[in-house]
Amino acid sequence: MHRLAPQVKVLAAFLLVCCVVATPREAFWAFGGYFLLLCAVWVVAAIPPGWIAARSLIEAPFLVLAVLLPFAEGGERVDVAGLSLSVAGLLGGWNIVVKGTLGVLTSLTLAATTPPRDLLLGLQRLRVPGTVTTIATLMLRYIEVIVGEAKRMRVARISRGHDPRLLWQAGATARGVGSLFLRSYERGERVHLAMLARGWTGAMPVLVEAPAARRDWVAGLVLVAAALLIAVASRWWM
Amino acid sequence: MTVSEPSLRVSGLAFAYPDGSPALAGVDLTVAPGERVALLGPNGAGKTTLVLQLNGVLRPSAGTVEVGGLPVVKEHLQEIRRRVGIVFQDPDDQLFMPTVAEDVTFGPANFGMRGPELEARVSAALTAVDMTSLAERSPLHLSGGQRRRVALATVLACDPEVLVLDEPSSNLDPVARRELAEVLLRLDRTMLMVTHDLPYALQLCPRSVILDAGRVVADGPTRELLADDDLLAAHRLELPYGFSLAPGRAH
Repeated sequence: MHRLAPQVKVLAAFLLVCCVVATPREAFWAFGGYFLLLCAVWVVAAIPPGWIAARSLIEAPFLVLAVLLPFAEGGERVDVAGLSLSVAGLLGGWNIVVKGTLGVLTSLTLAATTPPRDLLLGLQRLRVPGTVTTIATLMLRYIEVIVGEAKRMRVARISRGHDPRLLWQAGATARGVGSLFLRSYERGERVHLAMLARGWTGAMPVLVEAPAARRDWVAGLVLVAAALLIAVASRWWM
Repeated sequence: MTVSEPSLRVSGLAFAYPDGSPALAGVDLTVAPGERVALLGPNGAGKTTLVLQLNGVLRPSAGTVEVGGLPVVKEHLQEIRRRVGIVFQDPDDQLFMPTVAEDVTFGPANFGMRGPELEARVSAALTAVDMTSLAERSPLHLSGGQRRRVALATVLACDPEVLVLDEPSSNLDPVARRELAEVLLRLDRTMLMVTHDLPYALQLCPRSVILDAGRVVADGPTRELLADDDLLAAHRLELPYGFSLAPGRAH
């Protein structure tokens, strides 16, 4: 799994998510099927479940919305454990939770098996517009520079008696964020100048045109085919 | 290009920023092939503006710039940028690719180089700055001195006619500063070095040019210029504490 060509993995993950989204929310069993597929990938790729579990916490804020829906929606209601819940809201909430979770799990699986720069390479080979991949490349490179800058600014503030836990000192933090934005903006200008000076013409030069091996495509397509089968079956079942 | 063409010929160059503030007011400067020239001057003298004129990032309001006989005009911009290699002051501005090798590849690839020729160029540039062993590392995880040398390699890989260095010794510890000097001396290329570090100018550049208020106010052998205390003082330049090149004084 780790050695598959990145463009195959990107495309397979994208199609898998499409299948999940296209599945009717009432076809409960289908989502179990998708989950089993992902589990199979984790086993093959030897990704520890803990790794996935810890990172899927990122989804938590979105789940809050889904939990509110059964209470907030109108229409037909059912009693569950003494609470009056909306049927439409329950289904809506379920829809968000299950599709969102599967989407997050798919992305994490992709992330676990593909280093960020391979991911970019994959996107580039899938003919994603140059501007998008360039922006992503730069983001990948400069996020650590900017985080470092933010840390130094914070240390400098704290060294002058600033206590970010005190609410009335929040203004300083806000101004810090503002000046960090300006600094990053100026750095962006300088990076652009430096790129121009080395002959940048608006597109990253593509150096290795490595077409994926047929074996890679087959491996990727097996997964997609299984997901497609589930999606079609769920539609037909409805 | 004929052999007799100067590497750099700037004549009557004037430039004002869009808000009207003049930055260059008639600069004349000729650099012969193989020469190493230091460009000295106080902050705001127009040094950086001049550097950005050399590769056509800024366009002059009057006057001309030629690099190896080729005028800096829109049609030649790409070739001009290959001929003028600028090493910027902050390596973090220059190094933006995930690995050192990819960053060194970026320039020559932009200029249309591919395949084994490109690989040879990249490895030669990395060898020239002693960074071959770190080719696959991220620039983020290198020391300041290493980053500076990689930034130099990214420009060397383009095989420039003129190497322009903006404050090459800033933020380097003494050892890294000396190592960079050794690398630069070994390169044997035409060089224009913008710096406030006067001893570094003396070590690396036989000739110096002082720029102040957008004009060249002095041009001569570095040792002579730096020995002229009055000249230095008039243009907000001074040697570090304990240094003196004036004849008859203790060194």
